Order: sequence, then structure tokens, then C-alpha cells
Amino acid sequence: MLDLLSGFVTELRRAGLPVSLTEHLDAADAVHHIPLEDREALKYALAATLVKSSTHWRAFETAFEVFFAVRTGGPGEAGADAEDDELGQDADGAAGTGGTRGRGRSPNGAGGSEGMTPEELAEMLFKSLLSADAAMMNVVARGAVDRYAGMEPGRPVGGTYYLYRTLRNLDLDAVLAKLMDQARAGAVGAGLTDLEERLAADEYKARIEKFRRAVETEIRRRLVEDRGAEALARSVRKPLPEDIDVMHATRDELAVLHRVLHPLSRKLAVRLARKRRHGRKGPLDFRATMRRSLSTGGVPIEPRFRHPRPAKPEIFVIADISGSVASFARFTLHLVYAISSQFSKVRSFVFVDGIDEVTRFFEGVADPAEAVARINLEADVIWVDGHSDYGHALTEFHRRWGDEVTSRSSILLLGDARNNYHASQSWVVEDLQRKARHVFWLNPEPRDYWGSGDSIVGEYAAHCDDVVECRTLRQLEHFVGNLA
Amino acid sequence: MSTDPGAAGATGAAPGVVGSSGARGARTAASLGLPDAGPPRFASLDAVRQGLGGVGYLADESISGVVYLADRLSKPVLVEGPAGTGKTQLAKSVAELAGARLIRLQCYEGLDESKALYEWNYRKQLLRIQAGGPGEIESGGRDGERRGPTWKELEEDIFSEEFLLARPLLEAIRSTDPVVLLIDEVDRVELETEALLLEILSEYQVSIPELGTVRATRLPMVFLTSNNTRELSEALKRRCLYLHIDYPDLDRERAIVRARVPGITEELADQVARIVRSLRTLELRKAPSVSETLDWARTLVILGTETIDAAGARDTLHILLKYQVDIERAAKELLSVS
Repeated sequence: MLDLLSGFVTELRRAGLPVSLTEHLDAADAVHHIPLEDREALKYALAATLVKSSTHWRAFETAFEVFFAVRTGGPGEAGADAEDDELGQDADGAAGTGGTRGRGRSPNGAGGSEGMTPEELAEMLFKSLLSADAAMMNVVARGAVDRYAGMEPGRPVGGTYYLYRTLRNLDLDAVLAKLMDQARAGAVGAGLTDLEERLAADEYKARIEKFRRAVETEIRRRLVEDRGAEALARSVRKPLPEDIDVMHATRDELAVLHRVLHPLSRKLAVRLARKRRHGRKGPLDFRATMRRSLSTGGVPIEPRFRHPRPAKPEIFVIADISGSVASFARFTLHLVYAISSQFSKVRSFVFVDGIDEVTRFFEGVADPAEAVARINLEADVIWVDGHSDYGHALTEFHRRWGDEVTSRSSILLLGDARNNYHASQSWVVEDLQRKARHVFWLNPEPRDYWGSGDSIVGEYAAHCDDVVECRTLRQLEHFVGNLA
Repeated sequence: MSTDPGAAGATGAAPGVVGSSGARGARTAASLGLPDAGPPRFASLDAVRQGLGGVGYLADESISGVVYLADRLSKPVLVEGPAGTGKTQLAKSVAELAGARLIRLQCYEGLDESKALYEWNYRKQLLRIQAGGPGEIESGGRDGERRGPTWKELEEDIFSEEFLLARPLLEAIRSTDPVVLLIDEVDRVELETEALLLEILSEYQVSIPELGTVRATRLPMVFLTSNNTRELSEALKRRCLYLHIDYPDLDRERAIVRARVPGITEELADQVARIVRSLRTLELRKAPSVSETLDWARTLVILGTETIDAAGARDTLHILLKYQVDIERAAKELLSVS
């Protein structure tokens, strides 16, 4: 057990969780106090001692599922199909519903593990979702993975591939539609009201999500049997939300990022506000010091200082929103606006090959996310063909708004500087640098790629105060924090 | 209460000297030289869960598991989660379950040692000095026979327990009857102030320079809550068990509504829980919390609602949601009224 725990802790550290030695020892101590056969209790004991942040939970859970997978199917998965089937039956004997029996009824032609025809499987899935029967869902998940995933030992494919294959065949969207039909048919009188319909839909979606998880667990269990826990952990490791590469994030990861963005920006705002308030570096307040010295007979024992008034910078954000860098620009805009109270003014511009000011979208909108969504629809950023042209966009910016850049402005340029071999017009940046307090370039590409292909970040970099690699929220937060 | 002036010298109630380093391995109270933890408060995982249920707090697996472990490992629990999910209530309920007194330290920005740990009672000290001390010698040095206590005696006297004002943390440590210490919203204090808590959290003791070290005679159960407005320091987190309380799932929420709202029907509780779940899936500025759910359910009961329809929900939505934009969005998305 202790060895297993050590392996587990090592894996957590590899996934980026800061697990200290003390915490490891605590975990070892904690497992003594809980019944080991209780997997849930073990999970919570480990979580309580090892994971100290809610954003790390996902990484922990993934690692836990791999290391402490439920090994129900027995070892003879591939070889002894029939035996496996029996074991499965035993394990689910408690379920004892019509669905489980369906498995027994099936014409056992093609061999145990493929015992169910697609129709039966779909039928069972439907029933289990309708009745929210967890045990039955697990049976269906197992059957579906047998049937559709096409798993072969030793194949170097990730779990998501199998998951995709399985779910594609089950067509959960259609199942949802069918469930909704059923719900409507079951309603008395004039059918469902809108409210009821919505509630029913949410209920079924939750159940389907549960089923999806069951399938995922099942696939993971088999992969662990095939490859061993440590090898698999490496391949399914999920980065912490702060470390997700924004440019290459999957849809799920983007959703995760969205969820952490709000608390992140709130934290950042609180931190900056505090920093501002507690900075005790103001100059000596002579008058107040003298006034105070009266109570000590004119001896200035306690010097008084003026409250510092750090200048709030005015920010110009100029963001490339073409193609793949768009998500990065969105996050940056979001973050900058979420802490806009820390700046005297934020103005934002977006471009592809044309450029447009989008500050108006943020005005009077409570939620920056909403404004960012509107930008994509309404901003006028296409000039010719909709391929990035930094040169034209920057010239245009200089022509229309160049005069408004003053020595109090900081300019943030966001983009990968992949210019499709157009002219760079880097004199614009040079001129901006002369006028503005700072010019920063945030590049969402890894530093190694800079200057390769049509990337001309080097030409602009010569005129920027700094060019920062900004691929993850962590880097972004760090940069914005320093800016204010 | 047991005090031991100076570093060494253990009293009977607190066996052994607290090891400042090493011996962190087996973190049982005895091996660390911590005060006697006493018999475990809870017999088993299930006992915790049922006990909490008995005092009206419906815990899920993780909550009861962590409370149980906190007792067994003698460690504080750091509870995080969205506002209104029952973090503070958990500490209250555990106190009720364990039959302990709840001592609460509400954190705020600017909290300092004298508010959290202890403070010398300056006025009383001053009175003591004036009542008879070296002051007389100074003013009237002639009559040596009327001397009060010497300065040294006086100093020892005024820095004794009599002149100590115990603030929540010290009070929890000194208490001889069982206590549950709740340090509420610990994320509100500054990072530097957090350090105040470290000694008490790991060693269950408070060092007072003039007096020595005050050790707990009985280990209190400690709960810290945080709304996560900032990242807590690693040092603090390391000393605690971590518990994240999220919004409850449908079944638990329904059970909570049933348990906490008297006179609610099964059907209405179910509907309330389902609507709230749907609301939480929307992108709202502030999702409805459990306490708001309960308020809403109570309102519906008072209004005599039997089943919620769109219009009725619209009229009472402001109890669940606290932002106008949220109310509008919810009404549009969920109720199809605007």
C-alpha cells in the first residue's frame, strides 16, 4: 500500500500538484484510519491530505482513477470471455433488473463479450437512463465498450479515442431526444410547460453525463489492466487549469479555463488593490510630521508619510483575433477588463487585416465574457481577405488613433506575429514606443517557434519594451499582475 | 491550563517537550508530544455521518470522511467552497454533535495579534502599578520603610495570567471543556497575519514572550473556512486537511430542503431542488447557494405553493438570485417569461 501511495504521490507531482513530504506522510497516516475496502473513503482521505486547491481536483481524480481503478472484470478479459461474462453477471447480480436479464437472454452467438446486439444495447441504455439505474448503466457501459471501442491490447492509443468511438456509436444526442419525447408523451393534459420541459432536459442530461463517466471509467479500467497504472497515468495526465496551453486547448479544456478565469481575475483584482493600499512608500509628509511632533514636545519621533498614489496606467490592448490566436485574445481581454478598476482607462482594439475599436462593447456590460462574445460577431476587422496582416492593421491603428497614445499609455500587442508574408511596417511600433510609456508584445506561441516560418515577431521585438511568452493562464496572470 | 515558563519543563497535563523539528513522521498526537488528544470523538465514518444528520447537517461522503479524519489525525480542517454552501454551518454542527463549545474567530482585514491571540490588560496593569509599587519610592525616596513590592516582583506580577485578556485563539487553547474552534473567512486576513495561526494549527500552543508557552490541555477541533478570494499560503494549507464543499447534487439538496424546511411536501422539495440545479447550469454572476435555496423553499411554503409554475417562480426568483441581470436571464432561459 505504501509503495502504491508513493507511486501515486509521484504521479501527482508529475502532473504539477505541489505535494510536500509532510502531506505525503499525512496521507500515509490517514489511510490507517479508514477502512481500506471503502474506495470512496480512500479517495476522500487522499484528497483531504494531498490536494489543497479545488482547481487541482480534476488532475487528482484522473490520477486516482488510474492508480486505484476498480478491478472488477477479473484478469481474463481478453482470453476467457465467457468467464468474464459470468463475473460481470455476479458483480451486477444486485442490480437484478430487467436490463441485466436482457444480457442473459441474448443469443450467445458471437461469444460472451459481444453478447448484446446494438439494438438491445440501445434499448437497455434508454431504459437505464429513464429509470436512473446506476447499476444498469454500468452494465450498459461495459457492453458498449465491448462492442464499439474495439480495444486491442498494446495498442498505443489514448483513452479518448476509445471513448469517442464508443460514444459515437451510441449516439447520445438521439437518445436524449428520445427521452424527451418519452417525457412529453408521459405528461398529462396539454404536454409539458416550458419550465417542466427544461427541467426534464436538465435531468436527462445529467444522467447521460453520468453514463458518459461510466463509459470513461470502464475504458480506463481496461487500459490499466493492459498497460499498468504508471504507464497509463502518463498518457491520461491532465494539465492543471493554470497550465493548459490556451492556443491548443480542447473544447473541454476551454470550458475549464472559462470556469477558473472568473475566480482568477477576482483574486488578481483583490491582490492588486491590496498592494496599492499597503504600499507604504509615499514621500515624507512634512506638515503632518510636524503636527504630530507637537505631542512629543516638538521632537519628530514618529515620521508621517504621504499615501502613495501610484499612477494607474492607461491601457491600449491591440489584439489579433484571427483563427487560432482568437481564444488567447479573448482570455487576455477578459482578464484585462475584469481588473479594469486597476487601470485608469482600458481601450481595446481587435484586428485581423482590418482593425476596429471594441471598447464600446465593454461599456456598461457587467460580464466581460458577454462583451468578448459580441466582439466576434460585430467587430469590423476584415479588410481584404481575412488573413492576418499585422502591417496594415498597425498602420491603420497609427493613422486613426495614433495621436491618442500618450506618455501615460501602456500598449499591449497580442498575437503570434504570423503575418502571411506581408510587410511588417514595424516603424509603427517604433513610433508607438517613442510616444507610449511601455509597449509589450504578448505572444501565445512557445518561444522556440518565434521567427520560424512567417512569424516576424523579431522585427517588432526590436521596438518593444518586452516580448513575453504567454501560453497559459499562469503566465498571463503573472504578466497582468505586474502591469498594474 | 498548563503553562511552562521558559522553553523546557513540561507540566503534568502536557507530557513531553514539543519537538520543533523531526518526529513529523507518524503524526499521532502522542509521538509529537502534543497534548493528549483524548479518546476519539467519533467511532466510525458512519457514526460521523449519522451524527451530523442527527443534528440537521446532511453530510456527503467527503464531508463526513474529512471530519472523521480530522478527529483521528488531530489536524485542522480547511474548508473552501462557494458562499452559502454550509461551511460555517459544518463547524457549528460538529460542535453540536461533539457537545463542544464553539469559539469563533471572524477574520477581517487588519486583524492582528491582540484581536486574535491575546492582549495584556494595560489598564489593569497600570492600576496595579499605581496601587502600590515603585512609583512611591520614586516620589518619596525618604521613607524606605513604606516600600511596596520591588520592581522585579511587580514585573512578575503584572505579567501574569491575571492581566491577560484571552482572545478567541488563546481561549480555545486554554479551555478545559471540549471546544470547536472556527476561524471564519481566513482568506480575509493579509498573508502576513496568517503566520499567527501557524503555531496554533500545528502544535496547538501559543507562545507568549512574557509568560511562556501555553499548551492546549485538550485538543480542540479546528475549522478554517475560506471563500477563496485569494490563494492561502502553502504553509497554512500544509498544516490542514482540505475539504472543498461544492453545491450539493440533486439528491442531497432535496434531502437538505426536506430536513431544514418544516412542512414542505416531497413533491415541492423535489421541484425546488431541480429548478435550482437548472439555474446553476446557467451562466450567472452568482449561482444560488444552498442557504438561498432554503430561503426560497421557506417562502414557497409560507405562500402556500403546492407546485411551482412559471409565474410563481418568476415572482419569487429574487430570493434565489441577487442580481437583476441574473434574474432576467433566468426568467428568459428557464421560465420563458421576460
